[in-house]
Amino acid sequence: MNPVIPILVIVPLAGAFLMMLLGRLIRDLPKYFTSVIMLFLVIASFYSLINIGPGISVYKTGGWEPINKIPIGIYMVLDGYSAIMLCIISTIGFLSAVYSISFIKRYTGENYYYALFFLMVAGMNGVVLSGDLFNIYVFLEISVIASYALVAFGVGKSELEASFKYQVLGSIASFLILFGIGLIYWKTKTLNIADIREVFKNGYDNTYYVFVQLLILSGFGLKAAIMPFHAWLPDAHSSAPSPISAMLSGVFIKAVGIYVIIRLFFNMFVISEEVALLITSLGALSMVLGVFLAVGQWDIKRLLAYSSISQMGYVILSAGAGMILISRGEKPEVAALAITGGLFHLINHAAFKGLLFLNAGAIEYRLGTRNLKEMGGLSEKMPITSATSFIASMSISGIPPFNGFFSKLIIIVACVRARFYLLAILAVIVSIVTLATFLKLQRYAFYNKGSDNESHSVKEVDGPMVFSMITLGILCILLGLLAFPSFRELVLKPAVDILMNADIYIVKIIGM
Amino acid sequence: MITYLMCFILFLTGLYGVITRRNLLKIAISLSIMEVSAFLFFTLIGYVEGGKAPIVSPAEPNQVYVDPLPQAMVLTAIVIGLATTSLLLAIIIRIYGKYGTFDIREIKNLKG
Amino acid sequence: MKGMTVIVKKTTQILAGMIFLYGTYVVIHGHLTPGGGFAGGVIMAGAFILITLAYGSDFLNLKSKEAGSTATENISILMVILLSVVGLFLGTKIFFLNFLPKGTVGELISAGTLPLYNIFVGIEVTSSIFIIFLALVIYKEEELT
Repeated sequence: MNPVIPILVIVPLAGAFLMMLLGRLIRDLPKYFTSVIMLFLVIASFYSLINIGPGISVYKTGGWEPINKIPIGIYMVLDGYSAIMLCIISTIGFLSAVYSISFIKRYTGENYYYALFFLMVAGMNGVVLSGDLFNIYVFLEISVIASYALVAFGVGKSELEASFKYQVLGSIASFLILFGIGLIYWKTKTLNIADIREVFKNGYDNTYYVFVQLLILSGFGLKAAIMPFHAWLPDAHSSAPSPISAMLSGVFIKAVGIYVIIRLFFNMFVISEEVALLITSLGALSMVLGVFLAVGQWDIKRLLAYSSISQMGYVILSAGAGMILISRGEKPEVAALAITGGLFHLINHAAFKGLLFLNAGAIEYRLGTRNLKEMGGLSEKMPITSATSFIASMSISGIPPFNGFFSKLIIIVACVRARFYLLAILAVIVSIVTLATFLKLQRYAFYNKGSDNESHSVKEVDGPMVFSMITLGILCILLGLLAFPSFRELVLKPAVDILMNADIYIVKIIGM
Repeated sequence: MITYLMCFILFLTGLYGVITRRNLLKIAISLSIMEVSAFLFFTLIGYVEGGKAPIVSPAEPNQVYVDPLPQAMVLTAIVIGLATTSLLLAIIIRIYGKYGTFDIREIKNLKG
Repeated sequence: MKGMTVIVKKTTQILAGMIFLYGTYVVIHGHLTPGGGFAGGVIMAGAFILITLAYGSDFLNLKSKEAGSTATENISILMVILLSVVGLFLGTKIFFLNFLPKGTVGELISAGTLPLYNIFVGIEVTSSIFIIFLALVIYKEEELT
């Protein structure tokens, strides 16, 4: 059993309370020590990505071995899909922690910020690494409660209102998830994901499980901000401090929302065609409505938050297209291509959306405003922010040679080969409107001749913030290389294989 | 059967409270009522006919116990509910300090 | 805030100790009777909250109580994590291993590391709930002055 798996969960959890303790003894320790621990997590995540390859590593906590081939105890499972998510979480977390060294000087209570940050990272790592339904729920709640407190961190009027709305909606979603887990336990008498799939082979009551699937989709759909459940996202992501906005929009809605939906629907439930059609249409709805709501915004972070909804719609759309093809039992290679496009877009979106939010934070740090009409002419005064923002805007709109182009191309090609022509046309239209949105952002923020009376004292931001932005900009260019077949085989193909064939997942876990 | 119906009625009461009440504190209390209905449902699932409370004593070797796993899940969920409610109450107190009112119709700073 | 009348203060002096003792009993017998770390911890926190309510913040220094409580909570959580990680280093590489000897069923000192987990979780829950209560009271005080 691989000991790296519990270490990835324990280290941030212990680090949170250690920061609170040491912060009272030594003055500035939590700031720098956070970045060191996150760097250790980055190294551990990449080590596990390279090590795991196409296999699955199972960790039985407490050493409870299965009795009569029935797993008892809590299992932690690391496979290719989890390893990709771990790398995304730790990379964006590290860069966000480095950015916070100079950004959080404006707030009081710094030690609490770093403790909550570690709790959020520990919760996300726990969700990604667990092989047990109730364990997902517990770590989800740890992470979500930390994010409620982080959204309300600068206690102003709008932050508190955003956090209240987020909390009420999030609590209802957690209740729905708990209720769904209870219904699954009632029928199958087990909580292990692989074991539930094994029990489904003996008998599967379709109407009962469609109800359970709808509950799980509603609960996790609210955490992932899919269209009918998106109401909390613009307020929460625009009121949080900027490094937390980058973490929330770049990693959080993926690790606790979309990761769980894709994992449970492909590897646990038996997919029926009606639910697959529902998921695809929800994805298309998010995609279209999100971008049309984003075009008309004048607050820079609200615009970025609405465009997050639309990009997540792309991922859900491609996963839904894959599900429709699997449930009909035709063209498995096109389904694999669609899921590959979705996972690749997930990785890309973390990079460029994180970079966009960090840029918005840099502008807010220097100018003190978030309104697009009050900015202008920043391209001479803040050159690095302007250059990285240009790279990120071109990436998100799908302009070659940046990474967004390749992932959107794979999704559109997969939709065309599966003969879903309407979805492909919608994806192209949404991409064009996204380009319009981000050209508007670039023009008003950076290239306009703004009002000259306030912009005298504006210069570039400090060292740690510049480091994070430049690193993410380089990542945006380098991640485009993942589209080529040799890199795709290394990183994306193991994840897609495990998602497509649930039997590999079961055999490795139950057979051990 | 009637006990499952009572759980459902409790859930509907909580949901009605969250949707229609205007006072912030009443919304928080209704959320707690909704979560309690989920806990009751969980403990009802694990009932075995003629079972006793699951505490092992060495005197009786062949005793039928009720299922202890949902009870462990409910304990964990109660702790999580406590943390969520306390954070919600802290935010409500600060909202009262900033806005001066508990009425949710007055709190409309963010729109669009 | 001001404290309460003399009758409440005298009754609290007698009762708080007994409530704390009952909470300790529930925590330590966690592996034999229902209760354990969380339930016992809440009862122990009740004793502290009773004293704070009866005597008021004119008499007690609440900020130092909060600092001490935070330190206790952090140390006890780190002890829980340390206990669970010991298995990783003992050569068997299992997380959460029950490594102390398990005695006979029904004795007080039995079941390996479970009583230790119960005690540390009990201390941690007490400190946490006391901190939540203090956080609300201190904020209200600072707002009124």
